[in-house]
Amino acid sequence: MSRLLDHVATLGRSGLEVLQAMGRATIMLGMALFGRSSSHGSMPSLVVKQIYAVGVLSLIIITVSGVFIGMVLGLQGYNILVRYGTEQSVGQMVALSLVRELGPVVTALLFAGRAGSALTAEIGLMKATEQLSSLEMIGVDPLKRIIAPRFWAGFISMPLLACIFSMVGIFGGSMVGVDWLGIYEGSFWGNMQQSVDFWNDVVDGLIKSVMFGFVVTWIAVFQGYDAVPTSEGISRATTRTVVYASLAVLGLDFILTAVMFGDL
Amino acid sequence: MNQENESFIEIRGLTFMRGDRVIFDNIDMDIPRGKVTGIMGPSGTGKTTLLRLIGAQLRPDAGKIFVDGRCVSTMGRDELFRVRSRMGMLFQSGALFTDITVFENVAFPLRVHTRLSEQMIHDIVLMKLQAVGLRGASQLMPAELSGGMSRRVALARAISLDPDFIMYDEPFVGQDPIAMGVLVNLLRKLNNALNLTSVIVSHDLSETASIADYLYLLADGHVIAGGTPDELQSSEDPKVRQFMNGIPDGPVPFHYPADDYAKELLGERP
Amino acid sequence: MRMRTVEISVGAFLLAGLFALVLLALRVSGLSVNADNTTYRLYAEFDNVGSLTKRAKVAMGGVTIGRVVDIELDKKTYMARVIMDIETNVDNIPVDSSAAILTAGLLGEKFIGISIGGSRDFFKDGETIDDTQSAIVLEDLIGKFLLGSVGKDDEESNDSF
Ligand SMILES: Nc1ncnc2c1ncn2[C@@H]1O[C@H](COP(=O)(O)OP(=O)(O)O)[C@@H](O)[C@H]1O
Ligand SMILES: [Mg+2]
Repeated sequence: MSRLLDHVATLGRSGLEVLQAMGRATIMLGMALFGRSSSHGSMPSLVVKQIYAVGVLSLIIITVSGVFIGMVLGLQGYNILVRYGTEQSVGQMVALSLVRELGPVVTALLFAGRAGSALTAEIGLMKATEQLSSLEMIGVDPLKRIIAPRFWAGFISMPLLACIFSMVGIFGGSMVGVDWLGIYEGSFWGNMQQSVDFWNDVVDGLIKSVMFGFVVTWIAVFQGYDAVPTSEGISRATTRTVVYASLAVLGLDFILTAVMFGDL
Repeated sequence: MNQENESFIEIRGLTFMRGDRVIFDNIDMDIPRGKVTGIMGPSGTGKTTLLRLIGAQLRPDAGKIFVDGRCVSTMGRDELFRVRSRMGMLFQSGALFTDITVFENVAFPLRVHTRLSEQMIHDIVLMKLQAVGLRGASQLMPAELSGGMSRRVALARAISLDPDFIMYDEPFVGQDPIAMGVLVNLLRKLNNALNLTSVIVSHDLSETASIADYLYLLADGHVIAGGTPDELQSSEDPKVRQFMNGIPDGPVPFHYPADDYAKELLGERP
Repeated sequence: MRMRTVEISVGAFLLAGLFALVLLALRVSGLSVNADNTTYRLYAEFDNVGSLTKRAKVAMGGVTIGRVVDIELDKKTYMARVIMDIETNVDNIPVDSSAAILTAGLLGEKFIGISIGGSRDFFKDGETIDDTQSAIVLEDLIGKFLLGSVGKDDEESNDSF
């Protein structure tokens, strides 16, 4: 009986810990974005530097993955659809899956692994080496100077990366479908344009990636800021960033898909 | 407020806890103006924590800390910003900003707190780097420095605004004998030339005793002794004796982890 | 100097992202920039809409001229009421035109095809197409075929098969 109560208590405690962490994360973000202290440096140039770190440096993995995923989609789609004689709708299938789902989701997952973990490790290390304290002693708010520009950079970069991913993916699909398997180019693109709607597919996918950008970057900077400032603490925080961010992206994707495409 | 014989920092009834652990239990301390004060104690007693409390990065659970007559523990953000511009702090690890050069590190507080011209900043930074013997390293990145060099750059950064008050957290750890001698001289000279108030937190008894005007010993959340180095050397208190004799002298503090361990084991027996 | 390369590459990155978005809009979703997207509304009632969905296209002579906005059940007549938005520039659909629910390919998606009538009056906003032909429900056809009733009962209409 008391064993059972122990388990219930453990559950309750971890629930409370999660709630506390979420509270801390919200306060951190609120102070970083809306606090009235100054960053003592021009915010745009700080953000540009961070966009370079999280966006530009993620470009290679995003484009390469995008091309390959598009090519695989084209190949699989062709093999399935050719049985029904509808291989000209490969373009439509590739485009819809990329624009609605794979573009935002796979980009967010890659982003969490590539840029999110780097953000966490960097901020955690700044904490461990007392750089954050040092900023505070100089009179600069680390939330403004360190957290805010990184958050904005992630938030801005993610939708752009997702667009690039989808677009190169579609070109990858057309490379396989049109150039290699010989689907008539006109019907490949024509079918695609018939079935992909700008507002309902492209913009909804864009909204998804904006939300993912928000969540992934938020998790990454918070985990770094909240990390136990030791090498073990940082390595745990980095792992947590990737795990939590991936789970959050997949869960959120289901909810957003249900709302956007599920006639809810 | 600026009477010469007043304490620069007064700590009254300070209590600070980490979770359930009491780090400081109702301590009082006075840091005299214009003097070098050493704070010593085994590692993990909360020396770094004390400096953070003085810098108001941490807030006490009870008690008050006055810096130059004003209570920092309850101060608002803007006022704290001004007070901190007059404080320098040298962190244990140096805490240089790793994404900018040595030059920019030293220039950083100047850019935050002043509107000096680029030429003025350039001159001040080189002067400060010259003082710590690292003018030649101004264009290096912090990753290219050794631990001791980083600490010296951090010192240059801490004094770049010519503060009234500097806190040094373990400044002697990791310095080679030559740099150590230079550093001890520098601390002393800075204090005399700029009429600074300095607090040095250290394990290193001989070096600290050689430049400090006043010493405090901390252990188990209490101040176990305070006095000039000579007074402490001749103290009869067994705890003080143990501390004063327990650490091997020498320019390189080679044995300190073992000693803390021994002390901890002894300390834990009731 | 290093800051400058950072700035340039960030600028190029932002442009590349926006360019990809523009391509997604124009090349992939076929959004046309010049067409004013105003539409007018037409209704049509069918016995059975089959698997017609919202956002299905409305085509005339194979060219998409509008979209299905909503499908609802008319409670009085028990018919399915399809609401369509037709592009404003297609303003000359004769009032005796008929609407049929067709399938793109054998298993493709359902859409509404409009066959032109001969009248000189044209549909206006809010009017209803009376002449409709319901979806061919494949299961029904197969069922009838299996029961061997296709040839007997539907002598006239089995030309569609
Ligand atoms: N962020 C923290 N959270 C919890 N405990 C801490 C934290 N920082 C320090 N401590 C604890 O407070 C005590 C005092 O630490 P510190 O001031 O760094 O000691 P010192 O500088 O004297 O070696 C240590 O025992 C340490 O375990
Ligand atoms: Mg310490």
